[in-house]
Amino acid sequence: MEDALDIELTVNGARVARRVPVRRNLVDFLRQDLGLTGSHVGCEHGACGACTVVVDGAVVRGCLMFAVQADGAVVETIEGASESGRLKPLQDAFHARAALQCGFCTPGMLLTAAALLAREAAPDRATIREALSGNFCRCTGYQAIVDAIETVVNKDGGND
Amino acid sequence: MKSAPFQYRRMETLDELLGALAAHGEAASIIAGGQSLVPLMNLRMARPELLLDINRLTELSAIRVEGDTLVIGALARHAEVLQSEAVRRHAPLIAAALPHVAHEAIRNRGTFGGSVSLADPAAELPACCLVLEARLELASLAGRRFVNAADYFLGSYETARKDDEVLLAAHIPALQADAVPYFQELSRRRGDYALAGLAAHARVAGGRFDDLRLVFFGVEDRPVRAMGAEAALAGTDGTDAAAAIAALDTDLEPIGDPQTSAEARRHLAGVLLRRAVAHWTEA
Amino acid sequence: MTDGSGLGAPVGIDTPSPRSPRLLAGRGRYTDDVAAARVTHAAYLRSPYAHARIVSIEMSEARKAPGVVLVATGADIARHCRSWCGTHDLFPALVAAAQPALAVDRACWHGEPVVAVVAETRAEAEDAVELIVVEWEELPAVTDAETALSGPAIHEDLGGNIGFETTVEAGDVEKAFAAAHLIVEERFHFGRHTGVSLEPRTILADYNPAEDSLLVHQSHQTPHQQQDLFARLLGIPEHKVRVVCPDVGGAFGLKHHLHGDEIAVCALSRMLGRPVKFVADRLESFLTDIHCRDHEITARMALTAEGDITAMAVEDLFLIGPYSQYPRSSVAEGNQIARLCGAPYRHRDYRAHLRMLYQNKNLIGHIRSVGHPLAAAVTDGLLDRAAGKLGRDPVELRRRNYLADDDFPLTSPGGIEFEKLSFHACLDRILEMMDRPALLAEQARLREQGIYRGIGLATFVELTAIGPEYYGGGGQHISAQEGCLVRLEPSGMVRCMTGVTDQGQGIDAGIQQVVASVLGVPVEDVRVESGDSEMSPYGGGSWGSRGAVLGGETALRAARTLRGNVLELAAALMQCDASALDLRDRNIIDVQSGQARMTLGELAATGHFKPYSFPKDLQPALAVVEHYASRDRLFLAGNGIQASYLEVDPETGFVDLLGHWVVHDAGRLLNPLLVKEQVRGGVVQGIGGVLFEECLYSPEGQMQNGTFADYLVPMAAEMPDIEVDHIETPTATSELGTKGAGEAGTAGAMGAVLNAINDALMPFDARIYETPCTPDRILRALGKIA
Repeated sequence: MEDALDIELTVNGARVARRVPVRRNLVDFLRQDLGLTGSHVGCEHGACGACTVVVDGAVVRGCLMFAVQADGAVVETIEGASESGRLKPLQDAFHARAALQCGFCTPGMLLTAAALLAREAAPDRATIREALSGNFCRCTGYQAIVDAIETVVNKDGGND
Repeated sequence: MKSAPFQYRRMETLDELLGALAAHGEAASIIAGGQSLVPLMNLRMARPELLLDINRLTELSAIRVEGDTLVIGALARHAEVLQSEAVRRHAPLIAAALPHVAHEAIRNRGTFGGSVSLADPAAELPACCLVLEARLELASLAGRRFVNAADYFLGSYETARKDDEVLLAAHIPALQADAVPYFQELSRRRGDYALAGLAAHARVAGGRFDDLRLVFFGVEDRPVRAMGAEAALAGTDGTDAAAAIAALDTDLEPIGDPQTSAEARRHLAGVLLRRAVAHWTEA
Repeated sequence: MTDGSGLGAPVGIDTPSPRSPRLLAGRGRYTDDVAAARVTHAAYLRSPYAHARIVSIEMSEARKAPGVVLVATGADIARHCRSWCGTHDLFPALVAAAQPALAVDRACWHGEPVVAVVAETRAEAEDAVELIVVEWEELPAVTDAETALSGPAIHEDLGGNIGFETTVEAGDVEKAFAAAHLIVEERFHFGRHTGVSLEPRTILADYNPAEDSLLVHQSHQTPHQQQDLFARLLGIPEHKVRVVCPDVGGAFGLKHHLHGDEIAVCALSRMLGRPVKFVADRLESFLTDIHCRDHEITARMALTAEGDITAMAVEDLFLIGPYSQYPRSSVAEGNQIARLCGAPYRHRDYRAHLRMLYQNKNLIGHIRSVGHPLAAAVTDGLLDRAAGKLGRDPVELRRRNYLADDDFPLTSPGGIEFEKLSFHACLDRILEMMDRPALLAEQARLREQGIYRGIGLATFVELTAIGPEYYGGGGQHISAQEGCLVRLEPSGMVRCMTGVTDQGQGIDAGIQQVVASVLGVPVEDVRVESGDSEMSPYGGGSWGSRGAVLGGETALRAARTLRGNVLELAAALMQCDASALDLRDRNIIDVQSGQARMTLGELAATGHFKPYSFPKDLQPALAVVEHYASRDRLFLAGNGIQASYLEVDPETGFVDLLGHWVVHDAGRLLNPLLVKEQVRGGVVQGIGGVLFEECLYSPEGQMQNGTFADYLVPMAAEMPDIEVDHIETPTATSELGTKGAGEAGTAGAMGAVLNAINDALMPFDARIYETPCTPDRILRALGKIA
């Protein structure tokens, strides 16, 4: 029998308790054990960003953490972030600007973009591109994503 | 790509960790941020039998100044080191290097000690430790010891840390106030490992180079100090870097890979050196 | 506003994709998200050698490993799955060996699957794979052109490694070259790369032994094709095979092929009587996803002193894997290059000689813009060389030689029928957009400061929406015709089921817009479904930029028929003539007065629930299926031009992309917003091929870069903003007038960037025609390293 441990953590605001094989990584745990399939697996070596989730307030690679390491942590996935409404301005901008096509990179892009906007009020295009530099998108070529984020930046700057 | 099976233990205290390391030796791996270790495990290139998770040893994450020395705890996350005012003031070279380390999500988890312990040949932080003449503090059941950075990085993924030791912190002595850092790496995409990189410090006293430290990374199997180039520049005004660049032929034994040859790496090292000298002479 | 013949809004309007809200919320449903009761997971032992005989396989330890339910060799799989052969009846000279799903007696490429392990979890399956002991006898490997031509045949009964050889010829090339004032010749080497979809190849197969049926969920572009393949190769009745392609995380042509490790999963499910899921991890993706673009091309161009191109000759060594891909064969990349080189220009003397060579490397097939980027790069690369030698402006040389509007229609020297292309209009437009004089001035000024910028253009022709003659004539069970079902729901909403599929291109939106326009409803009232071989009308799915053209045309016909039925029913209720009525804004209106007579929903509800309201002989047919196949035209050609502005650092060999422009003619655009984004994505994928991406093999045939750390894909920080504009030259061969658009971005990007790099290197008299243009290669071209 594989080594397994009991873990307790908060996922999208809800307390979760599970017994999990120690070698199961966080994104596999979220997808398979909790049915939260919005986070995706693209490479399992931390390079593509499809598995991006938020752990204790910071964006991380879900494929590079073992689920047992998230014991006691507060985790937010795209589902929780979306349902909370905190991504709505970005989602609206992405939709209008067609900043997604197949959608596989999109949850990671949204969470990464939101993290950028949380720490920088008015990033320019070069800064936006740099912030996205660890998220692989094969479909869009990135420009529409940068445009969409820039739209949100300008809206915030203009009205608040 | 799923990791091979392993046993996992969360360390609650440093003593517990040292005991486990003593008991299990090379069968055990320490996991901190895991940003380098876990990809290797997922690829089954690293297969520890036992994973010792040290993320709860929060005392190891402190970044503090002790007199003239900046102490960066092994568990300090790259993101924390990047934000640290103390690091910016005492070791601006590290502050300059860190934005080149991977991407935000990696920096949020990856640790200073993890990067230094892994010793990837293209890693930035080992090179910075070498330039800054850091002293690496190691602990085991037998006690604590310090290893100079110059003696620490032995080869590709090989350091002086023994299997029963853990890296606690890097102690970075203060540099002269007028030491000017230079950090540049040539990578094909943002966050990639460097094809060639240069971490360096120099003092330019009375228009002449003094106290030069030139460390190339990504060129050989470990960061390497270019002593010949340093000697060629010492005491000169930097207007002629040719001798220093030529000295790289003996300083460096570059390693090639299927996409970037050893000759290209040697050439890029020369370019970096010329640009560093220009930077210092213009400053 | 709708009428019987014209198509107004929302056709031609920027419309976001209907899929995007749920994808943005993390509620996509990709194949790995699909659950199945008692599902098991497959992993493979793969050949570590490029070429090796399988002497023995020891599996007993693996069979006993925790969680393992089945271990199967190639021989086991072969009892459930026939092998296949990638031939093509339109190319009878193509010879190919039969390929098994898993290697049986020998492995022919590094990564070929050899043994399958099925376990309760993927991790346990991988553990068990490590317990299998295979005894190998290494065989000599064919890993380059010389060995392929002169060395031992990989498949003895083929007699050699030339899989296909052909010469495309027009006029008298030798005479033209003999008379030429200037001949430019270059050797091009195009590095092999691959599609790299972010979602890896994924399949979930569920065989039901109680009824001999197979349900497959697969990340794939062509569900009906897969239904046919699985039925025939596995011996399951076709009507009992169902293939569902849910959300697909990127395909780019990669996912319209048959991969052995995928059909094997169906066989494994049948052997087990349980669902089996396989997700190719990133390592096996790089090893075994279809590769593309491995060519050595020597090309010559003949010109007069005034700069007229009189002839072009191309020699293409096309280096594929040990098998021709299935079901379409591997020939297309070479065939397209042979027929498209020189296509935009007016010369009539032409020869292209193609040899397709088998090697012990991964299979080659169709990845976005099959062959086109190489044809454009070779042609416009030679043209720029000629411009340099003649001291002429490369733009003026293009103008001089482009086919003009009144040259059309014509059959090109390469044998392609062109209806009407717009080279001059595209060139005029791109020059406006890029402000070339300003760029030239900046380039000149910066050169004096030791900064080297380059401007490069590449003209491209894009063959889209391939007709059924190519596949039916090829003896292939590939449906190039399309089907569309449109159904009016009782509430007046519209359900549309199409045979084309959408992996993010936005086909759903285009079809939504066509149907909405004809039926006079807003787009949000139309819901488009696709990707299910059982529920979708028989069609081809997605490949070769066919979705808008064929899917759109079929949707138009189906919507028109439904409109006619609706108006006939309404006319019967209102006791007037159907021609007096129209559909607008969810209403049936009186054409003369513009008044709404009843809502579409009222009509629908009457038809569904009160059919007795209509005359006895009038049955309410509120669901309609139409099919459409193109006739007598093998391809629909589009065209365009791209420009790249970049800076080369001659000290480091690094390239910095500063700007990129595309002017593209894809006929009538259904949805400019989504088409432009397809172009942008295609450009970046093309940039990947010219600057970053390469599948690297050792001389022994082992692939050396199987992770994202050493196979470099374009990321955000290095990509330029891309300006896109469109010229619309509709095709007269369909009512919509649309041409395919999805691959255009990739078609011209490589040539534009390659020409720009060479333009930047001009002061050094250095040239590079080897892709990807890595810093190492650029430094060599500059002579900075030996």
